[in-house]
This record gives sequence, C-alpha cells and structure tokens, in this order.
Amino acid sequence: MYLRCLRNLHSYRLLSAGLCLLAFSACQREKRELRPSPTRLVVFSDAARQSDIQPGGRQSQPVVANPSHGSAYEISEGARLYDWYNCSGCHAGGGGGMGPPLIKTDWIYGGEPANIFDTIVKGRPNGMPAWGNRIPEYQVWQLVSYVRSLNNLEPTSATPARTDTIQQDTAGLRPRPTGVASSGVTK
Amino acid sequence: MHIKTAPGIAFGALSLGWLLFAQIQNQPDDGQWVMPAKNFASTRFSTLTQINTSNVKDLKLAWTFSTGLTRGHESAPLIVNDTMYIVTPWPNLLYALDLKQPGGTLKWTYSPSPSASSQGVACCDVVNRGGAYYKGRIYYNTLDMHTVAVDANTGKEVWKATLGDINRGETLTMAPLIVKGKVLVGNSGGEMGVRGWLAGLDAENGKLLWRAYATGPDKDVLIGPNFKPFYKQDQGSELGTKTWQGDQWKTGGGTGWSWISYDPELDLIYYGTANPGPWNPDQRPGDNKWTSTLFARRPDTGEAIWAYQTNPHDVHDYDDVNENILLDLTINGRLRKVLAHPDRNARMYIMDRATGELISAEPFAFENTTESVDLKTGELKLNPSKITGSKTVRDICPAAPGGKDWQPSAFSPKTGWIYLPHNNLCMEFQGTQANYIAGTPYLGAKVRMYPGPGGHRGEFSAWDPVKAKTVWSVKEMFPAWSGTVVTAGDVVFYGTMEGWFKALDARTGTLLWQFKTGSGIISQPVTYKGPDGKQYVAVLSGVGGWAGATVAGGLNAKKDGTAALGFGNAMADLPDHTTKGGMLYVFALP
Repeated sequence: MYLRCLRNLHSYRLLSAGLCLLAFSACQREKRELRPSPTRLVVFSDAARQSDIQPGGRQSQPVVANPSHGSAYEISEGARLYDWYNCSGCHAGGGGGMGPPLIKTDWIYGGEPANIFDTIVKGRPNGMPAWGNRIPEYQVWQLVSYVRSLNNLEPTSATPARTDTIQQDTAGLRPRPTGVASSGVTK
Repeated sequence: MHIKTAPGIAFGALSLGWLLFAQIQNQPDDGQWVMPAKNFASTRFSTLTQINTSNVKDLKLAWTFSTGLTRGHESAPLIVNDTMYIVTPWPNLLYALDLKQPGGTLKWTYSPSPSASSQGVACCDVVNRGGAYYKGRIYYNTLDMHTVAVDANTGKEVWKATLGDINRGETLTMAPLIVKGKVLVGNSGGEMGVRGWLAGLDAENGKLLWRAYATGPDKDVLIGPNFKPFYKQDQGSELGTKTWQGDQWKTGGGTGWSWISYDPELDLIYYGTANPGPWNPDQRPGDNKWTSTLFARRPDTGEAIWAYQTNPHDVHDYDDVNENILLDLTINGRLRKVLAHPDRNARMYIMDRATGELISAEPFAFENTTESVDLKTGELKLNPSKITGSKTVRDICPAAPGGKDWQPSAFSPKTGWIYLPHNNLCMEFQGTQANYIAGTPYLGAKVRMYPGPGGHRGEFSAWDPVKAKTVWSVKEMFPAWSGTVVTAGDVVFYGTMEGWFKALDARTGTLLWQFKTGSGIISQPVTYKGPDGKQYVAVLSGVGGWAGATVAGGLNAKKDGTAALGFGNAMADLPDHTTKGGMLYVFALP
C-alpha cells in the first residue's frame, strides 16, 4: 500500500522524499484493499432476496455490484480457486455430482451475484457447506464470477480460457459492474 | 453337509445339496427376509419354488407403495413376522407395512431426522442399502452418522448411536449385519479423505464395543498375535503406517461401506475396505494398507485373522467393498470352504475363507488394467500402460465403478452359479493436485467414463465359480446397477436402470418375464412367503446412486462429462429414458 504510494509518487518525480513522507496522510484517502482481510466478509442479507413475491407488492432491491464482474483475470482466478477449494469435487466442471449442477437455468437459491455470494458464504441447508471465514471475500467474488461465466452471465470478452496467473491490478481495465441482472428482479 | 456344484452331477444330488446348504449356516429358509443378503453366507438364494420357470410369465402386480422420495432407492425390503420394512434414502425413513392387510397397509413410520447437511458429503447420491432384523428390532444407519435400533412392533426408537462426524466427510450408507449380538457398521466417505473403519456395536444398547480402522497402527487396525495373512506382502507389523508416506494414512480412505458375510463355524466375518484417498495415486506413494483389502475378523472383538490386499496402491478407485459369498465347493476334487468375491477390478476372487489363500482370480468382465494374479504369491500384476497418476491415461477398463460395483450378486446351489449384475465401462483419467480440506472431496482426478467394448454399459451374467468362467451373459444398455435374487424355482430377478424388472431362466439366461416400473431400478429385489402362503417378489424402483445421479441429482452431464466423478459422461442420456420416483412394487402369481 504505502510502497505503492511511494512508487507512484516517485514516478511523477515531482516531490522529494521528505514531501512524500508529509504526503502519507493524503495516501490514506486513496486507500484500497489490495489484500483484503481474509476474515472480512459481508453478507448481503437484504439484497440477496430469493423470492419473487413480497407482501404489499414487489419493491426494488438494492443492486449489489460484483467487483469481479467482467474481469478476465478475476474469472480465471475464480476458475483456479474452484479447483483449489475442491468446489470441483462436488460440482464437477459445472455438471454437478455430490452437489447440484452449476451449468443450469434454474437456480435453487438464486443466480444473482449476491445470491451466489450468499450461497458460498452462508452455505445452504441441503448440503452446501458454509465457507464464511474460510475464503476471503474477494475470492468469493472471483468464484461468483466464474460460476456465472459457466452460464454465459459474464461478458464474453472476459470469459475465454485464460492461462495467465500473474497477479496484476486490473482495476482500471475492469468494465463497470452491471449489478443485478434482469431475471425477474426490479432495478 | 456340502454343496456339490461340479457340473454333470445329477439334479437330485444337487437338490439334496441345496437342502443341506441351509443347514450349513444354521439358517433354515422360512420364507422371510431378515438380513441384507438373505443369509449370513450372502447367497440371496430363496428356497421358494411357487414361482418357477414355467409360470413366471403369469406374474402380476399385487400392490405398490410410494416412498414419497425421489433420490436413489438401493435398499432391500425386510420381511419379518408378516411385516415388511423399508428403509429409504435420506431422510432415512423406516416404513412398516402390514402384509396381513390387503395391499400392505402402513402400520407406522419412524423418522430419525438426519441432518440435511449430510446430503452434501455423500459421495454418490444419498442412498441407503437397507436394514437388518434381530430379536424384535430393526437396525439401520442414517446418512448423518447414526445407527438406530427401532422396535419392530411399535416403531419406537430403542437407541440411537453417534458413530462419527459429517464435518469430516463421513456418512453411513451401508446395511448393517448383526452377528452374535453385535451390530456391524462401516463408514462411507472414501472420496472425502475419511479414515475408514468397521465397528461392532452392542445390539442391546448401541455401545461401541470395537472399531477396526483400515489404516494406521496395528492397535487401531486390531491386528494382534492371531493375525495370519496368507501372502508375504500382507505379513509384517505396522503395515498400516509403513506403507504410507508420513501421516497420510490419517486421510487415506479404506472406508467400510461394504457388505459383510459371516461363517458361524469358523466364527469369522468377511468384508472389504474401500479405495485409498486421494484418487490421484502419485500423492500417496506406497501400498496404502489396508485400503482395498479383504479382511477376516472375529465378530466379538474385531480382531483381524487374515487379510489380503486385492489392489495394493490402488490406481483406479477399485474399492474392495463388494460382497463375499460364502460357499463350500468341490474344486479339483477337493472340498473347499471358499469365499467368492467379484472385485471392482473385474476379477472374481475365489479364496479359501479359513486361510485367505487364492484359488482362482479370473476376469468376469472386460478389463485391461491387470495382467494376472499369481495364485502362489498373491501378487496382482498391473498393466503398466493403464497406471494412473499426475497425467492423463485413456482407455482404462473397467472404469472407476469397476467391473462390478456394490450391486450384490446371488448364488444358486441348484445351478452352482453366481448371478452377477455388472458394468461394462471404461474411462479416461486425468490426475490433478488434490487439496485436503476436511469435509470436502479429496480426489485429484478428472474422469470421464464411457461404454466399454460393444457399446452396452451393463451385463447380467451367470458365473461358474468352479470352472472360473462365464456360463451365459445378457447385455444391458445401462449398467446393471440393481442387486439380484435367485430362487429354487430357477428364476433369477433383477432390475434395469430404464425401469424394467426382469425374470430370467437361471439356467439359460432366457428372459421369461418383465415389467416396466415407474423409474429405474437400482435396489435389491427380494422374494418371500406371504401370510396367505403365496410367494411374492418385491423390489424398490427409484433411480439414483452413483450411476443414476444424472437423473436423481438433475446433473448436467451433457455439458460436462466430468459430472458425478466422471460417471455423468457415460450416463448423460439416462434422463431421456427414466425419471425420478421411489415406489415399491410387489408381484405374485394370480
């Protein structure tokens, strides 16, 4: 984080090392979690609605942006983690086995990114383990994107098989997340 | 006191033989069905003759009963005291049906309420292979690691014992056997890095009396001074740790989801342990004892008497859990007390069950993974080109479910033949790096299976255990994944995965009768004498199990052939032929 800040500042060659030290407080403003805490997990209890009906009529629900959406890198990381965490042992290459298939049109617990996020983090009552506090949040999103890519729910520009495994910051290249897609959920 | 099965002996002598056979096990056939395989010898042979080769064509549906469940139904109905007991797949209900009432009225239902999460650690559908009756109680296992004893009259739970933890990937799917007041139970989870065991519980109260692990130190495996394996490679101390690298034996598999047989004269139980974990063999150097091994143990203490590792350092997921049929056969002019074990590796092992000495080990299905079994040394010679590892190997036959999987065979002392429902499958195997995360799959393999030579995926054969060769064989489109029962009426029954329930002539294999049930059949048919004196044949329909996962689990194998550990690829078209639904069918002559 700070090293990065220093490097960026150095590249502009505008400030001396002393000024850079003074500028540390300014760096905090741009702080991003390049390595999020492995235990930090957000549960989108409101957004990940699983019913199409609501008492008193249907209301719009907040859109939860999937930070990994549309990123070829994040999706390929998701593919790697899918094997790494033994997802493939149960769901195979998406065809399913011990667990249900992930290449599908009918999602048992919803196919929106927030639904899949919740499924991974909280588990589901008929056998899906609760991976919360076991997988860092950013990796959960990478898995979400990979699972959705199996169903062509990620942009095709991001989904061709990629073999690069080099960690790189693709933030600037990432298409804006489109949030909740259009399967019966009001935006 | 022995059955002569050598060909050419007059029919009368054979008849005498099979009458005496029942006495060998001190189990006269009363027309009931009180334990998984009919008797301790696991013959699944019924002495009933009312339904026979000449009238079976008139067999009619008598009544049905819906289980209300849609996963794979693998169990055998039990028939005791004019009551039929049915154990279902998860949630493991126990139904009691009154056979004295027309149409089998429901007497009571017992529900053990197993954890729903246990469904997520069951490798190959949430099946249950049934229960056993003993002294007024029904004993069976629940998927979430409990054994229960239920009062056979009232349906009240007598005790419920916890035997393990689903968080380690353990489940229970096997049918227990009760021997001398001990309930014998073994765990499942060989695909989850589970450490396998077989346990003996006190039938009275469920107390754990002994637990024999398949891996680890001799004291855990219950190997002591009386352990006398026949072959050199199985002799020595602490082989359950020495044949592994480091502490890999702790997650090494060898589970006990097997069939158990019992010889009261020798006072030995027989069973086999399952595959080692992970599947990728390069990650577990060594013989990996005592996985994929046949054991003879004392039922009272669990003490091991002999063992024979059928598939040392298994490289194909060849479990050793298949049934052991206990027979007294005259082979080469000598009466031998043998066990017949049709192994996953497609060889029929005929062994001296007192000593563990091999008598024959010939292939009963197409295979190219092994070259020979040396009867002198017990050594299994593998075909080097089919040894898997961290690479891709193609055209491996049989595939991981073996020449034959769990689907139990039957033996008729009248014909002297073993009736084998089995598979004709091959596979390609790509070894990958397996990560051990407790409670998740520990595989390290991507597999795709496909039909073996001829294009059919299953066969039903009659095997001569004396001559060690196939007598006749019938091809099936799908794997013959049901058990079988053979009767003194010379009729043999089994079901197909499309849903046909078939009766063949036990001598010729000729199809005599068939009935299309509502779903594919993967269960164990039984036959019994009803309270009205009539002979009935009963079978559960309800496709599923490993082979039927494409239907029961709604898998998408057409898009992903590695579904269901690669079985999906071979069964992608099963949904075009059958649908889900558990239903009992009972047949009788008009």
